[in-house]
Parts: sequence; C-alpha cells; structure tokens
Amino acid sequence: MSKTNVQQVPDKYFTLSQQSEAEENIQDTQPVSLSFYRDSWRRIKKNKGAVVSLIILLIILVIAVGSIWFSPHNPDTQQVQYSFLPPKIPGLHINGFNGYAKQAGVWVDVYKEKDVPSSVYFYLGTDQFGRDLLSRLLYGTRISLLIAFSAAFLDLTIGVPYGLISGWLGGKADTIMQRALEIISGVPTLVVVVLMLLIFPPGIPSIIMALALIGWITMARVVRGQTLQIKNQEFILAARVLGQRPVKTVLGHILPNLSSVIIIQTMFTIPEAIFFEAFLSFIGVGMRAPNASLGTLINDGYQTFQFYPHLMWYPALIISLIMIAFNIFADGLRDAFDPKMKG
Amino acid sequence: MIVTLLLISSVTFLLMQKLPGSPYGNEEKLTNVQKAVMNHQYGLDKPVVVQYLYYMVGVAKGNLGVSLQFGNQPVSKIIATRIGPSVQLGIQALIIGTVVGILFGIISARFQNTWLDTSTSLFAILGGSVPNFVFAVLLQLFFAIDLKWLPIGLWDNGFASSILPSLALAITPMADSARFIRTEMIDVLHSDYIELARSTGVDEWTVAFRYGLRNAVIPLITILGPMVASLLTGSLVVEQIFAVPGIGEQFTKSILSNDYFTIMGLTILYSTLLVIVILIVDILYVLIDPRIRLIGGTRDE
Amino acid sequence: MSETILSLDDVHVSFDSLNGKVHAVRGVSFDLHYGETLALVGESGSGKSVTCRSIIRLLSKNASIDDGSILYEGKNILAKSQREMRSIRGKEISIIFQDPMTSLNPTMRVSKQIALPMIHHLHLSKHEAMKRAIELLKRVGIPNSEVRYKDYPHQFSGGQRQRIVIAIALACNPKLLIADEPTTALDVTIQAQIIELMKDIQKKNGTSIIFITHDLGVVAKVADRVAVMYAGKIVEIGTAEEIFYLPQHPYTWGLLQSVPTADEADEELYAIPGAPPDLIHPSKGDAFYSRNPYALEADRYYEPPYFQLSPTHFAATWLLDERAPKVEPPPSIQRRYATFYKKHGGKP
Repeated sequence: MSKTNVQQVPDKYFTLSQQSEAEENIQDTQPVSLSFYRDSWRRIKKNKGAVVSLIILLIILVIAVGSIWFSPHNPDTQQVQYSFLPPKIPGLHINGFNGYAKQAGVWVDVYKEKDVPSSVYFYLGTDQFGRDLLSRLLYGTRISLLIAFSAAFLDLTIGVPYGLISGWLGGKADTIMQRALEIISGVPTLVVVVLMLLIFPPGIPSIIMALALIGWITMARVVRGQTLQIKNQEFILAARVLGQRPVKTVLGHILPNLSSVIIIQTMFTIPEAIFFEAFLSFIGVGMRAPNASLGTLINDGYQTFQFYPHLMWYPALIISLIMIAFNIFADGLRDAFDPKMKG
Repeated sequence: MIVTLLLISSVTFLLMQKLPGSPYGNEEKLTNVQKAVMNHQYGLDKPVVVQYLYYMVGVAKGNLGVSLQFGNQPVSKIIATRIGPSVQLGIQALIIGTVVGILFGIISARFQNTWLDTSTSLFAILGGSVPNFVFAVLLQLFFAIDLKWLPIGLWDNGFASSILPSLALAITPMADSARFIRTEMIDVLHSDYIELARSTGVDEWTVAFRYGLRNAVIPLITILGPMVASLLTGSLVVEQIFAVPGIGEQFTKSILSNDYFTIMGLTILYSTLLVIVILIVDILYVLIDPRIRLIGGTRDE
Repeated sequence: MSETILSLDDVHVSFDSLNGKVHAVRGVSFDLHYGETLALVGESGSGKSVTCRSIIRLLSKNASIDDGSILYEGKNILAKSQREMRSIRGKEISIIFQDPMTSLNPTMRVSKQIALPMIHHLHLSKHEAMKRAIELLKRVGIPNSEVRYKDYPHQFSGGQRQRIVIAIALACNPKLLIADEPTTALDVTIQAQIIELMKDIQKKNGTSIIFITHDLGVVAKVADRVAVMYAGKIVEIGTAEEIFYLPQHPYTWGLLQSVPTADEADEELYAIPGAPPDLIHPSKGDAFYSRNPYALEADRYYEPPYFQLSPTHFAATWLLDERAPKVEPPPSIQRRYATFYKKHGGKP
C-alpha cells in the first residue's frame, strides 16, 4: 500500500464522495451468474474426453441409422459360396484388407479362389453364410442401440414416477414402496432377465422389457433420494404453504430440479442395457437368428474365432467403443452438472 | 431376508409353470406315453398347488428336486459338485479386483488431474466398458493361444487353470472399485481432518494411507452387493469361454435346455447368495466403522 | 514481547477460478512477537484464513503466493521446499481449525491422532507417544483420559473434540499457534472454556497465537493486538485498546457498531450496507469505498496508505490525511473515544 504517494493525490479529491456511480459499480462487478444449464454446458465443453465421446456417439448413431438406406449389402442375404471371405477394401493393398488371407503360411487371394467377381467388395469380409459383415454390423448396431434406448426410455417411464411418488408421499407409503424395491433388488438381475426371456416369446420387445425390468430400480432409487432432499427445501415449502396442488408442485417444482439427475442416470443406463443385451445374446438367450445384434455377432464370431478372428473383433470393437464413449460422456455430464454428486 | 427368499422361490416356481416348451422337447424321439410316464415320475402331472407345496417343502429340507436333463441327478448334488470352481473363481476375482481397484483409485486421487490420474481413470473406464466376455476372449487369445503361458481352458490344471478366468472376472470389480475409491478418496483428501493431518507435517503418502485409506475404503463395502451380483453375471460367460465346470456354465446349459428344476435351484442359490452378501455387508458396516454402532446406528442410503 | 517470531511483508495470494483470478490477499504485512496474541478480524472472504494458511503453506492447488515474504524466526518460509515445510508444520507452527465436528479423523482413535505427529517429529516410540497423548488429553481437560484415550471422535462432545484438536496442535510444543475461528462452531459457554484453555496454554508455554475470528466479543477476551482485514488487506492494526476505543477506519467503525453492547442496548444494531467486494477485479482505490458512508473522492481513485497514529496503531484511510475534511464518527464510536480519553487523558 506504500505504493500510493500521498503528495500525488490532488487536493480536490478530499471531499466526501456521493457514490452514485459507485453503487452502479457494485452491480457491474458482481460475478456473472450463468444459468444452470449454460454453466454445465460450459463445463462439459472443457472436458475433452466428453466432447470426443459425444462426437463418436453421434457419428455411430448417424451411420447406424443412415445404413437403413445406405447398407452396402443386404445383411440377411446368404451366399454360402462366398463364406468366410477376408476383408477387401478398394484401393487398399495391405495384406488382410485386400481380399488376401493367410493359408498355411502363404497369402492367398481368397476372392479369386471362390470366384468372386472382381467388382464385388466385402469391406469387412463375410461370415460362415457368406453374409456381408459390414452390413450385419451396421444392422446389429442399430438393433443394439434401439434396444438400449427403448429400455432406457421404459426405465424413465416406470422409475421416475415410482421414485417421485415414493419420495413425495414419504411415511408409510414410502416405506412399503422401498421394501418392495429392496425385495426385487435382492434377486440377481441376471436371474430376472433370464427368467423373463424364457417366458416371453423371443424377440426384440421381450429383451427390451426384460432390460427395463431391472433398469428402473436404480432410476427409482435415485429419483426418490433426490425428491426427499428437494422436498424439504424452502421453495417447495413455500409452494405448499401457498396452497399449490401437490401434483402441480411435484411436476412444476420437483421434476425440473431432478432433470439433471435423470439425464445422468439415463446416460449410465444405456451402456448397461447395451452390455446386458450383448451378454444375453452371447450366452444364447437373447436375439434369435436371423436377427442380429452386436451380441449375436460377437457370439457368431467367437464360434469361428480361432480361424477368422476378424469376425469377432469388429463387433467387439464397436460395442467397446460405444460403451466407452457412453461412460466417458456420462461421467463428464455428471461432473458438469454436479461435481459433488457420486454414482 | 427369509421373506425375500420365499418370495423369490415362489415367483420362480410360478414362472416355471408358464415356461413355453417342454423339458423333453429336444428329445423328439419320446412318444406321448413316454412323456406322460416321465411327467408322472417327476410329479409334473399333479395340480400346480400340490407341486408348489412339494417343492417348497423340499427346498426347506435342502432338496431342490432332480435335474430333468443330466441323468436324473439331484440338483443339490449338481450344485455341490460344481460350486467349488465357481466359488474359487469368484473369491479370487473379488480379491484381485478390489485390491488392484483400490490401489488404482488411490493413485488416481492422490495425483488428481495429472497424467497418472488420467491414465488410471482411463484404464478403469476401459475395464468398466469393454464387455467382460470380450476381455475374456482377449486374455485367452493372448496368454493361452499366442504365448501359450497358461491353459486355454478346462479345469484340469489346478491353479494355473484358474488364473485367466479369475482375471477376466476381476476386471469388472476392479473398474468399479477403482472409480468408487477415486471419488471417495478425493472427498476424503479434501476433508477437514486430512487438512488437519497435513497441518501436523506428515507427508502426503502417510496422509493418504494412514489417515485417508480407511475412510475411503469403508464405503466400498456398500457396493459389495452389486459387485457380487455382477460377478455372478460374469461367471456365466467366463465359465463358458474357459470351459470351467462351474455353476455359471451349468446355468447356461440348463437355460438352453429348459431344465426346470436346475434353473429353479440355481435361481434360489443365486438369490440366497446375494441376500447373504447384503446381510454380511450390513454386519461388516457395523463392525468396521466406529461411527456406526449397532444400537441406534442408522445408515443412510 | 519485543522479539519478532513471524513477519509478513506485502504478501499477495490469488486463486484461479472459473470466472478469473481471485485476489484473495492483496498485500498483507504485520509482525508477531513472541508470546503475543494477534487477532485477525474481518468478515468471511476478507482473506484472513488464506493469510494464515499461507504461513504454513497449506493452500489449495489452485492457489499461488504471488508476492511478498513470510519470515519465521528470520527464515523465509516461501523459499522452503515442501519437505522442509513438513518439518515446520505441527512442530514449530500448529493450526486449529474451525469445526471440531469434522476436523478429527472419524475412524482413528483420538490418542493415535495426537500421537502420530509426535512419532513423526520427535521420533518417540509408540508407547512413549501414547503416554504423552494421555497426558495431553488430561492437560486440555478431558476427564478420565486414562480410559478415554481409546475412544473414537464420535464418542466426544463438540467442546471436547475441540479440546482434542487443541491437544493435537500442542503435541509437539509449537512456538506459534494459528487458531482459525476455533470457537465459531461452539456454544457460547463452551467458547469461553476453550478461550480460557488457550490463554492458559499461552501463559504456560509462551506460545504466540494468531487468532482468526469475525467475533469481536472473542477478540476483546484474547487479543493483545488486533488487525482488521477487508478485501484481502489490513485496513487497521493496533493494540486491542486502540482498535476498540480509538478506531479510525470507517470499516472498523462499522464492525464495532454491528456488535451489540450492554450500554447501547436501546440503539438499533448497525449493519454495514452492500455486499463484500469483488476480488476478481479489485478496485484501484479503497476496496471499502462503495460501502463507506464516509468515503472521500480520493478513496475512489487512490489506494490509501497507512497513516501512523501511535507506535503501534496504523490505519489505511484518506480520512487521516491532513487535507481531508473533519468527519464526525458515529455517536457510539465517539462514546468509545470519550472512554479512552477519560482513562488516558489527552484530547477532549
């Protein structure tokens, strides 16, 4: 503070100040308060991993959906004479991607061996029935995502109301509803899903139902916990004192405050559903032929994987990529919404 | 707890009644007469209520019925002969997973926001994201087929046979506990009592291990239940991939062949296991954490 | 009282935050003598805790000490390595934190928490350290310490826990004790006990104490000297008597007016208008300017220097410049002046 030279200060300043401008200054200098979502968005943009993951997910999503119209081959067309072709990509002359495969230590042009017309390319090769792996992969990804998103959506429609009601009512109703959850969660999810799949007719809807059946419990728990916390805050109390109808309070005040938690939970549910679907298909109780999902593709690939490992690696790679991207993105979302919140 | 188990077994039983297809469906040579005889033999021709009562009384006595597929063996005997490998794998995986996970979590938290944190966290995310059956196949390919260090599968080589399946199973609990411990430890390292410990001049590693570790690890017990549940799931695929003659492999086989009693028996086994784990978790929590006493101690979810 | 144990000179500390660099401490200087208690007073966010944490170099990772020097017994603390700092922390300088409910490790026996620093610094055996821990517990007034040393923190009351925290701080007989609002979280009756305990320790050990608080009532009981902080600066510093009875800075006036006292019970309690200042873009003049009813134009544009009023009393306000208009302090402050002059003579 010795930096100010007393003599420097002009005499005219030694009058009482009116401070009218100064009052405005206070306003100006208050830290800029951003709205909750804009603030969160700013934080997530800083998280490189989350941004990259989001981009990867969007790309996969667009390609998977787009392949409905742009599939290189029909995923179901079987051409047994073209079975087990190695990948062949036009313009690429690296062994392993040019239609050559190693047979007894020598690289052989399998396409020539099997009389495939030179204009026909299978970018990722074919499976045991001569189906194009790339097309099946795109199709399988689409199905896996469809199942996961639908299951997550069902989770929302069951879990959120359950949690809201349980948390809002409290008391005896809450206790009973929580006991019920406890009993259900005492059953290993695996068992529930397997039993469901045995009972329902095989197919995509059954799998979605079975996955939702286990997923909603966590959602209900999380929502209930948050509802309990928010319920006792002043603004809710104020709304109640002012005589607002409970339904309106819950939908108007509590639900919006839960949105971030619900989004985060959903983001964690989706990869879990993808995994579980793949798992079920892998052990053979999920998708049935000729339908394909990432899980069945991995399973198919695993059957012949000693000789044609690429048939398993590509679907395994895609599913891992989706799961990693979802998890990193969900982590990033969680950190951005609430750095303190734990899984 | 008993109520939970009773409910589970009843529901399982009822669901089994609704199962489409017959347990003998894949043996097409059977005539209707033969089927009727067999139904009678297994008590499947009696009214559902009677079957239910028989079954429940049997369960209470430890009799889980007879497998309809595997040479009429009692289900309890199938379980008895197959539980050993599964339990061994499960315990080994749980120990490897949590110990490595805790270490990773601590390193992550201790060096928060450095490259060490980033790489261990990334590893944990990889472990939690790559499906464990993919990981299992990778392990098998690399260590068994390419390097030939360890057996490809089958449970015929003692401990060596158990290494790869244990590792494959351990990946999920490892990832879970690493991420869990990281958040816990970061919380703990920012707490007032750690600040106080630092102010007394002890170094960071002493702070992390002597003052912090216990506080960060105790809450890990709460996710032990879900971890065991995911181990059960994992055991199905891992045992199948490594051809381990365990419970998981049996369960897969039974599901694919509609083997009622075996499925029911294993379901009850799995549920019992999980319920017991949850109970143990509650007891452990009371025992380990001095903040929580048996009387009047409440645990918030 | 004359020898200096600690000397801060123009210390600047800042934090990186999402909204920009927060200048939490902006040029703090003071000396602390052996066996003396200095109270640091100010509202939350005035930088008193940050100042003290800089002394033991325990700031969060996003903080940096940008400028200035901190001399402890003549050696510059800021030049020391973390390893050297660890041999000072707990041994030479100890700190007592605000909230006894959270500053003890919940899963460690209290005796161990007291013993660990002794094993670490004094290289005592486990057994010896334990024995001393029990003595310390007795010393800070924990009854039945021979039995209770085995207990965990949750088995003690809030006041007892703060005694235990004090025992940890005292374990290695530090020369300097920093008490960061040690009584704020406690009941009033317990507060008095803890203050008595600290005074007793000071008398017996000759410890120097820096006592951080926003409670002027507590200050009156413990402090030899008082430094008033505002917006990361000391605006006024002097002996307790000078600050309480001859305050010069309008902020100190405001602080004193906002404490209820017995003799002005019928007067309305004063609240300082406005909100604490923005430390991301500190004003170039006096930071208190915008909330100061006695502000001069000079306060707006120029940082006031310290004007010396006595060998011990300094205040940073342009009101003390000879060119400044004579302002009448608020009535309650004038009464304080009168009390002072009645006792010591001097100006009417």
